[in-house]
Amino acid sequence: MKKKYFLNGNILDPHNSIEEMGGLIIGEDGKIEAIGKKVNKNNIPSREKFVDLKEKHVFPGIVDMRVFVGEPGFEYKENFKTLSNAALTGGVTSVVTMPNTSPVIDNVSIVDFLKRRGRDKAKINIFPTASLTKNLEGTNMTEFGLLQKKGIIGFTDGIKTIQNTRLMSRIMKSAHDLNCLIMQHAEDYELAENGMVNDGIISTKLGLQGISELAEKIIIERDLTLLDEFNCRYHISQLSSSKSVDLVEKRKNEVSFSCGVSINNLSLNENDIGDFRTFLKLSPPLRKEEDRLALVKGINRDLIDVIVSDHKPEDEEQKRLTFSQAATGASGIETLLPLALELFHNDSLKLNKIIKVLTSNPAKILKINKGNLTVGNDADFCIVDIYKPWIVKKETLISKSKNTSIEDKKLQGKVTNTFVKGEELFKI
Amino acid sequence: MAAIAKKAIKISQKHLLGIQNLSISDVKYILSEAKQFISLNRSKNKKLNILRGKTQINLFFEPSTRTQSSFELAGKRLGADVMSINIINSAIKKGETLIDTAMTLNAMHPDIIVIRHQDSGACNLLSQKVNCAVLNAGDGRREHPTQALLDALTIINRKGKIEGLKIAICGDILHSRVARSNIYLLNMLGAELNIIAPTNLMPSNIEKFGVNTFSNMKNGLKNCDIVMMLRLQNERMTSSFLSSNREYYEYYGLTPDKLECAKEDALIMHPGPMNRGIEIDTNLADDINVSLIKEQVELGVAVRMACLKIFCE
Repeated sequence: MKKKYFLNGNILDPHNSIEEMGGLIIGEDGKIEAIGKKVNKNNIPSREKFVDLKEKHVFPGIVDMRVFVGEPGFEYKENFKTLSNAALTGGVTSVVTMPNTSPVIDNVSIVDFLKRRGRDKAKINIFPTASLTKNLEGTNMTEFGLLQKKGIIGFTDGIKTIQNTRLMSRIMKSAHDLNCLIMQHAEDYELAENGMVNDGIISTKLGLQGISELAEKIIIERDLTLLDEFNCRYHISQLSSSKSVDLVEKRKNEVSFSCGVSINNLSLNENDIGDFRTFLKLSPPLRKEEDRLALVKGINRDLIDVIVSDHKPEDEEQKRLTFSQAATGASGIETLLPLALELFHNDSLKLNKIIKVLTSNPAKILKINKGNLTVGNDADFCIVDIYKPWIVKKETLISKSKNTSIEDKKLQGKVTNTFVKGEELFKI
Repeated sequence: MAAIAKKAIKISQKHLLGIQNLSISDVKYILSEAKQFISLNRSKNKKLNILRGKTQINLFFEPSTRTQSSFELAGKRLGADVMSINIINSAIKKGETLIDTAMTLNAMHPDIIVIRHQDSGACNLLSQKVNCAVLNAGDGRREHPTQALLDALTIINRKGKIEGLKIAICGDILHSRVARSNIYLLNMLGAELNIIAPTNLMPSNIEKFGVNTFSNMKNGLKNCDIVMMLRLQNERMTSSFLSSNREYYEYYGLTPDKLECAKEDALIMHPGPMNRGIEIDTNLADDINVSLIKEQVELGVAVRMACLKIFCE
C-alpha cells in the first residue's frame, strides 16, 4: 500500500483530545503514522501527492455497538457483505453484531463459521456477540469462557431480556469470574406483553397496546440491585425514557455500569408514528418528546455512554402488514452519523460529545483498540462534510433492507470517504 | 362540474376511517342524510335505486351480527350489489396478507369496501391500497365510526340535541373502539363526557381527550342525560384485568339504584352485544321507557345507508 497524505482537515479524536486543523499520514502498513496540526506541507516529500480535505472533518471510524446482521439464517434481510457496504457509507468501521440469527450464536462451533464469513465477506471490523442463554430461551447459560476465547466480544440475548432473576444473578457471577461483558435489553415481558408503542396518548389514540416505561425501569432497577452484589461488566443496551435516565443518574455513583441509546429514540418521538407507520415500530418504543429530551440530556451529562444504530434490517414483506403484525425494528447503520449530526446542528449536543459516544466510548466498554486515531493504530477513519445537505431516500440506501425510520428526512452531514486499515473502501 | 363542486363541500374525506378524520360539517351532513332514511326504513317499500350498479364488498375479519347485517341491509336497500366475504372460507386462512387481499378485491372494481378487522389501523392500510372508498366497520380498539354516528343520531332523535347534554360512557373503555369514536364525536357535537371504568380498564391519558374520568360509577353518573354502557370484551383480555364478573357487576353493572344517580329522564344505551347481568341489569336493558338499545339497532341501518350513499358518490 502506498503512503497516503491528507492536509487541511478538521481533525476530531476525542480519545486523544485532538480537535484541531491539521493533516494525517497513513503508513504503507495501513497504520496511522502522524496526525494533527504538526502534519503540514513541510512534512510531505515534494514528489508525493496529497489530498486537500478542504476543512472537512476527520473522525475515527464509528463503532456501532448494536447491529443485527441476517447471517446466518436471514441472508435475504442482510448479509455480511451488504452490512459492510452499508456501514462504510455511514462511516462505520466496527460493528458489534447481535446473536439473534438462525441458528442462534450460542456455541463455539458456530463462532468459527461466523468469524470466517465476517472476515471473507465484510471489509469492516466485525465483533460478534453470543447469546447469554442457549437458543435465547432464557433458561441455560452459554459457555461464556470458551466463547470469549474464540473471539466473542460480549454476551446478550439481543432483542430478548433475561426475565429470571436467579439466572441473571448467576450470569453476573459467571461474567465476574470470566471478565465478560454482559449487555441487557431491558424489558419486563409481563408489563410489555403485546405492546407495540409507548403507553400513553398515542397508544390510546391509535388503539394499540402500549409498553409502559416501567417495563424498562423495573429491569434496570433489578439488574443494578444485583450488580451491587455481583459486580461485572454490565451494559444496558438502550435507554428510552426519562424515568430510566433518572434511575441511571441515581445509581451511577454507586455501581459501575454503562448504557446506550438508539439514535431512533434520540431523534424521534412517538408522534412520528403518525398514521400507523410500521417502520417506526421499534423496541424500545419511541416515547414522548420529554423522554427524547431527557435522553439528549443524559448524553450531555455523561449518564449515557454510547449511541447505537440498533440497525435491524427487515424486508418489506415484514413491514407491509398491519401495525400489530409488522416486524419490529428499523435499518439505520448508514444514517447513524448523519442523524446524530442533526443533534449538533440543532445545538442539542457538542460535536466532540457526539463523536465520543460513537467512537471512543463504545471501544472503551468493549475493551477494543478502535474508535481512536492514535499513532501506530489501524487507520480506521472517515472524512465527513458535516454541512452537506441531503435527503434520505430508501432507493439510495445500500443496506439490503430498506426499512429506514427516517425516509424523506432532510439531513445535514454526509460521509464522503471511509477508510479501514488505511484502505479507502468508500468514496462518495 | 357543478355536481362535483357541490360534493366537495359536503364531505371532506374519501374514506370513512374514523371520526377523528371528520369535520363537524361532515358529521352534520351524514346525520342529516341518515335522518331521511329513518322513515323509509319504517315504510312498506324500503327499496331505493340510488346505488344501482354499484358493488359493495363486506370484508369482516371478526365475528359480527348487527354491524355486518346492518351494512348488508343498508347496501341492498339502496340498490347496490352486496357481497359479503366469509373469511373462514377465504384465502386469508391460507396465509394471504391484508394487502394482497385488498389488491385482489380491488381488481374486481368494487365501489365500496366495508371492513372490520381485529387490528387497529387495518382500514387505514387497506385504504392506501385500493381505489374505492373504504368504510371502517371497526378496527381493533381504535374506531367504530358508524356506531358513534348511529349513537349520536339516536340521542338527537330522543333528546333533540347533543350540545349541552351530559353523557356517561361506562365499562371496558380500554378495549373499546366504540368508546373512542363516541368520545371524538360527542365531544365534537358539544356534549360533556363522563368516562367511567375501573382503572385497569381505563386507557392511558384518556383525560387528554377532553373528558372527565371516574372510577366510582355513582359519582360519574351524577346528572347524566345519557348512560352508555359498554360490553366487557373478554376476548381481548389476555390476562386478568378483573377479579370476577360478579364483583364487576356490583361496582360497574348498571342497576336501577345506580341509575338513580343520573337525571330522572336519563336514557340507557348499549352498542351490543350485551352481557346481561354483568354490565347491565337484564330488566333495565329491556325497559322500553329508558332503554334505547333497540332504537340504536334500527337507526344503525339508516346511518349506514347514509354513509354508503355519501362515500359511494
